Amino acid sequence: MSRQTQIEVPDDLPIVRTVREFDAPPAKVFRAHIDPELFVQWVGPHALAGEVSTWDARTGGEYRYAMKEPDGGDEHWFRGCFHELRDGERLVQTFCYEPWPDGVVLETLVFEALDGGRCRLTSTSLSGSFEERDALVASGMEQGVQEGFEKLDRLLAR
Amino acid sequence: MGAARRHEPVLDEVFAALADGTRRDIVARLADGDATLTELAASYDMSVQAVSKHLKVLEGCGLVSRTRVARTRPAHLEARVFDLMTAWIERYRRRAEQRYRRLDAVLAQMNDDPPPAPRGDDDEEAP
Repeated sequence: MSRQTQIEVPDDLPIVRTVREFDAPPAKVFRAHIDPELFVQWVGPHALAGEVSTWDARTGGEYRYAMKEPDGGDEHWFRGCFHELRDGERLVQTFCYEPWPDGVVLETLVFEALDGGRCRLTSTSLSGSFEERDALVASGMEQGVQEGFEKLDRLLAR
Repeated sequence: MGAARRHEPVLDEVFAALADGTRRDIVARLADGDATLTELAASYDMSVQAVSKHLKVLEGCGLVSRTRVARTRPAHLEARVFDLMTAWIERYRRRAEQRYRRLDAVLAQMNDDPPPAPRGDDDEEAP
């Protein structure tokens, strides 16, 4: 059984899709996504400190959080709207890295119950264009650190 | 193949090499065409030696090759943009996997640790 994250970056849709299975039921995996104290424990690398400034996890709510580099280093802020929370089943939200406001991504997370109290999480990030999608993949923006890949992004967009 | 130094870029080395802004810039420049060390050094506010070091790192991981042309050794970008995209996708996947491993740990904590105080497990948090 492969527990490794599977990834799909298709040619015909500007999406990134990841699939991963967890040894926990959907309700628990879902909760780890919407409880801010749990969320910041895993969303970014341990070297970065997560800070939540806005967190209104309900359909129509919004969120804003930062990943902060140690010793007063750079802060990376992210924000978005919780479009729909369907408890333990589905989470639809927007996501954007604040310095890159045009690169808004629509994220759809589907939590699927598996035998043995396990869960399959399928996460689909839809970008506004192939260029934005490719830049997202190249920059690692999702990770919390935009590493200044602009020049390579332009290359990829050619 | 013979004596030709065939060097498949190793992803980890490529990522490490591209973790540096100057080296990413050099890669972007070489995508427009080969350039000599002198030409490259002219665009950076650093010594020729420093630029040469960056170039060596890019050579070391197989992204850049240098062949002697007359008295110069122009740097040439080996990785095509397509190859880079494949590398970015793998890097993205690894990062997602690392993130999900952290989530595994959080989930295990949620499973194993009963709520510390006799306070509701499903309430948001105590005041």
